[in-house]
Amino acid sequence: MSADLHNFTYMNGDQQVPAAVREALAPLYSVVPFRRTRTCRRTWLDTFDWRLHRAGLTLESVTGRGPAELVLSGTAGERITAAANGTRWPALAGALPSGPLRDRLEGLTEFRALLPAAKAASTVSEFRLCNDDGKTVAWLTVEQLHAATPAAADLPPRLSVTPVRGYQGQAERIARCLAAQPGLLPDGLPALDAVLATGGLAPGEYTNKIDVELSATMPARLALAAVLLRLLDTLEANVGGTVRDIDTEFLHDLRVSVRRTRTALKLGAGLLPDGLAAQYQPAFKWLGDLTTPTRDLDVHLLTFGAGAAGLTSARPDDLAPFHRYLTQRRAAEQDRLARALRSARFTALITAWRGALDGLTAPRQGPDAAQAAAKIIGRAHRRVLRQGRAITADSPPEDLHDLRKRCKELRYALEFFASLYDPAAHRRAVRELKGLQDCLGTYQDCQVQEEEIRVIATEMLAAGDVPATALLAMGDLASHIGQRERQARGEFASRFAAFASRPARQRFRALVAGAGS
Amino acid sequence: MKILATYNIKGGVGKTAAAVNLSHLAAADGLRVLIADLDPQAAASFLFRVRPRVKGGGAALIRGSRELDKAIKGTDFDGLDLLPADFTFRNLDLILDDTKKPTQRLARLLRPLRASYDMVFLDCPPGISLLSEAVLRAADVVLAPIIPTTLSVRTLDQLTEFIDGLDGHRPEILAFCSMIDRRKRLHKQIAEELPAERKDVAATAIPALSLIEQMAVRRAPVTAFAPRSEAARSYARLWAEVRARAG
Repeated sequence: MSADLHNFTYMNGDQQVPAAVREALAPLYSVVPFRRTRTCRRTWLDTFDWRLHRAGLTLESVTGRGPAELVLSGTAGERITAAANGTRWPALAGALPSGPLRDRLEGLTEFRALLPAAKAASTVSEFRLCNDDGKTVAWLTVEQLHAATPAAADLPPRLSVTPVRGYQGQAERIARCLAAQPGLLPDGLPALDAVLATGGLAPGEYTNKIDVELSATMPARLALAAVLLRLLDTLEANVGGTVRDIDTEFLHDLRVSVRRTRTALKLGAGLLPDGLAAQYQPAFKWLGDLTTPTRDLDVHLLTFGAGAAGLTSARPDDLAPFHRYLTQRRAAEQDRLARALRSARFTALITAWRGALDGLTAPRQGPDAAQAAAKIIGRAHRRVLRQGRAITADSPPEDLHDLRKRCKELRYALEFFASLYDPAAHRRAVRELKGLQDCLGTYQDCQVQEEEIRVIATEMLAAGDVPATALLAMGDLASHIGQRERQARGEFASRFAAFASRPARQRFRALVAGAGS
Repeated sequence: MKILATYNIKGGVGKTAAAVNLSHLAAADGLRVLIADLDPQAAASFLFRVRPRVKGGGAALIRGSRELDKAIKGTDFDGLDLLPADFTFRNLDLILDDTKKPTQRLARLLRPLRASYDMVFLDCPPGISLLSEAVLRAADVVLAPIIPTTLSVRTLDQLTEFIDGLDGHRPEILAFCSMIDRRKRLHKQIAEELPAERKDVAATAIPALSLIEQMAVRRAPVTAFAPRSEAARSYARLWAEVRARAG
């Protein structure tokens, strides 16, 4: 069976296929009941950032009389089922029972947990639509949904035609026949969309991208306010998941929103009313600093498996005490972070910040969005070039760390004003910058990790009860990280040269000059 | 993705019945399964009620994997798809002969299906030909049904020798006694002794039962329309052995 192709809402209907529909199909297709009408609970699952939906997949946990079953279906006709085996949600795909379904989901969801997106009770009758060979060419489903989440509501009965692979043409013919029947309203939403709509939601709504549409001639202050409000929305959307520790990416997205906000306040301070940026910069620094320890430990733990697998003189098992130590410290840091995100100080900051942004009005005079973007991005670009050119083989690591920060500022500035530029040219500029950022990021991350391993080893030793094999393995790990760090340092010159080349600079200038055209 | 070929030099030994029932059981176990009906007689296609027709015929299919993907049909069973036969498959030897590295062609065509399927069953026509060599090069396991007679055992030896003589990739052989007539003492004797004597013969034997012949009337796997029957239980035992062997 493949994903729904044609949906109809079915006014004043019941669980049966209307006689008129049977008659209309009768010359070519027979309607054969598949199994008895059954009632089940449907829970649609996806990652918070809708990775399955974006990949054209739908995952459901279906609970009827028997144990819960997981059903993964795709628009390309893919369908995989597996026993849920008591899986409790949210859950990482890696925690699902082993088999093809888990294999399909693991690469797609990565670090993101699967969590319920919508729930409904369902009464379903299924019918085969068979050709004159008795071969099923499509499935006809009559379903009554009682939405429970995001909101309680009874939905009108739905009739869906789902083609069997290789019989799409026949399914379309059947759908055309149904569309001509009175009482059937074609183009009904897929079931998940219909249930989500009860709460005014739609699948795929969340993204951590700054997807605001700016116009080149709008006042720059209002453009910046729109960006900052979007960042605040993303920040707030990730608070619940971070506090509940659903997966590591809630904190990641929250942290990125904070960093972007800080960059916008720094680069766009002059566009905001006097004193506003200066008032909120320390508050967002507090928030950013709050998230650092947990995120650093997350990065350690997320890369732990790869690091352990790359050991040369030690065995991966030797790192078990180090892993335990990291896990315990992360639990403590996460606890501290969750408390802070539930605190009155955090709530007050978010409330006041939203109030300040909502209250912003266009100044009587001032630049438009395109002028401000050109100035901000141009300045950030020049800073990167200046600091990058000053770096030599003897430069201290701090110089490269500073350059990394400038690159991030430039990247964020490009993202804030993305909607003003030609998408292809913008993508290319970001790609060229990303090449440099990746190199600087690896260099600094390796340095931080190496240093942390040293500090943690000392702490573990001081606390006693640490086997020598664990310390040796940590040394081995640090040495591998050191190798990666040296490799990244070695690559810097060529990466920067590519970014700072004359053609790249000309492309960059042309991009910034072409805002709104 | 594991590729299993039901193959024997000799015809009428239960290859298609095995491919159809084992593929159904594999899909019922949650695997994503494709059964490819390579026999122009199209028995597997008939049993799954799929018309034996491929757009462009065997030539188009051998030319590119896109055509292969487009030709695949869903069966009436979850997780089980079928590549139908086509009458032009009678010329597959000639078509293959016109390609570069003909014996590696099938393996190459099947490679892109790895993302979509966990297991592929190739239901092959009998005989030794270029196609059978291509099948043997593509398969991980050859499931060879044998009727327990002295001559059939000799055929298994011939098949083993043929596979041993292949250069490069060689599939594993798992033979199994098929169409056992319990009234015949020799059948019973060979079916009992052969698995004990040879590691490449499965412990499960498939009896000759009228219910298996009924598949042609019901046009469905016996494991689907009579899942508690002795025939279905025999195939389930065989599937357990095949699954353990195929890994």
